[in-house]
Amino acid sequence: MKHVELAIIGGGPAGLAAAAAARRNGVEDILIIERDSRLGGILNQCIHAGFGLHTFGQELSGPEYAQRFIDQVAELSIPCLLDTMVLDLSEERILTVTSRTEGLQQIKADAVILAMGCRERPRGALNIPGTRPSGIWSAGTAQRLVNMEGVMPGREVVILGSGDIGLIMARRMTMEGAKVHAVAEVMPYSGGLKRNIVQCLDDFDIPLFLSTTVVEIHGRKKLEGVTLAQVDERRRPIPGTERYIPCDTLLLSVGLLPENELSAGANVALSPITGGPVVGEDLSTSIPGVFACGNVLHVHDLVDFVSQEATLAGEAAARYLSAGESQAETIPLLAEGGVRYTVPQFIHRDTTENVTVRFRVGQPYRNAAVCVYVNDQLLRRIPKRVLAPGEMEKVILRPADLPAEGGSIRFCIEEGTN
Amino acid sequence: MERNLICIGCPLGCQLTAVMENGVVTAVTGNTCPRGDEYARKECTAPERTVTGTVRVVGGAVPVVSVRTSRPIPKEKVLELAQLMGKIRVQAPVRPGDVVAANVLETGSDLLATCSAAID
Repeated sequence: MKHVELAIIGGGPAGLAAAAAARRNGVEDILIIERDSRLGGILNQCIHAGFGLHTFGQELSGPEYAQRFIDQVAELSIPCLLDTMVLDLSEERILTVTSRTEGLQQIKADAVILAMGCRERPRGALNIPGTRPSGIWSAGTAQRLVNMEGVMPGREVVILGSGDIGLIMARRMTMEGAKVHAVAEVMPYSGGLKRNIVQCLDDFDIPLFLSTTVVEIHGRKKLEGVTLAQVDERRRPIPGTERYIPCDTLLLSVGLLPENELSAGANVALSPITGGPVVGEDLSTSIPGVFACGNVLHVHDLVDFVSQEATLAGEAAARYLSAGESQAETIPLLAEGGVRYTVPQFIHRDTTENVTVRFRVGQPYRNAAVCVYVNDQLLRRIPKRVLAPGEMEKVILRPADLPAEGGSIRFCIEEGTN
Repeated sequence: MERNLICIGCPLGCQLTAVMENGVVTAVTGNTCPRGDEYARKECTAPERTVTGTVRVVGGAVPVVSVRTSRPIPKEKVLELAQLMGKIRVQAPVRPGDVVAANVLETGSDLLATCSAAID
């Protein structure tokens, strides 16, 4: 069986940054495995600008941001298997992979970094009543068609869901000459970044209807239109608010799901909230030698943060390969009162570095505070003018902040006391 | 007069307030970096946008290449530029950074390729 020191599953932004960091920390024998025919992952279809402001101090497009890391991986002579799909990962870190040219093969890895990214929630997960015509696409599929294949899915468009990809595609379809009639969002707030509401919808007078959803799809073979209706606080359609919009295209931007079939197959413990592995501050999962980073771990809003996280995973894998697993006690991080989850979910007591704890809130807040308690003592209180579920927040913990043995650290949102 | 804006300078989306007197911005608050101040002043007087899109490739291994403006252009010219991009044809090979069209719509901004297209 073929053997490598470090196998990295996925050649998108997470996999590339992890590989570069591992090599710079002394790992000689690295293999990136990518199922597409080129590196860069989803960035290749994200042709809009706005990537890399934190990392490079410049606003790059997705392909340009990806190229910076592809160049690093090339300069470091890190081998990549392209057009190669990982079918299975075992607890013993044996990868079963397949490709058109090499067929089926097995690779034993001393360490593995999971960097498979995420995928879009499909129509089947939404239970929208109506027929099953053509013309209904996930926003990301439409993005690939328009930006890489040069094909327009349609001309008269309605978008369900106000996630960032949906907002970006509202602008993109408009620029390509389509008419975007509406963006409907079932929640009373948008799940996308504020800047995208401004520059993708407001700039083009595209209406955003909050607390509104698609209640019926019309058309037998091809989509002919959708019926929108307002919903109440429990997201039930309100009778009498229905409105028919003729359209040939419905784009769905209704959430992203970390892609963890391989992780589950290897018995990696997964969080029911993030959908990704439960990890420590070193991005280690419940299986020794298996690390996770990027959107497979939790869905990020900025690729810059993916690159930072992946760099840590690459460094941690290098440490594991030279020194073995940390045997230190772990301190749990608890997400409560408005904080949906934290990543990492635990911290090893022997950590010597500051730990960036990322999290999302469950609902929008105004004039609230992010509070961190060590055991029951308030450690930090960070006032925030605005907190939104679409935007990832962070708190940095220092090694000196960690509690004595048996303690825990709790994150919560406190309202109205600013 | 006060105008509330959301900064589009980066994905943080800071909520800005610009104070205007006689069509001139006299103060900006709410920004967390100098870009926010700059954005608010521009947005209230002469708004600009960086534009991205695709143009068709002739003789390439891929049908389109992605492009962006080398610097922001006046906001009111964005849709006009989108129409122009639909008409441009570029011959493969294309390298990132190649000038696909110079000084588009007399804005002083060039259209640059942001990905590559090999010859088919």
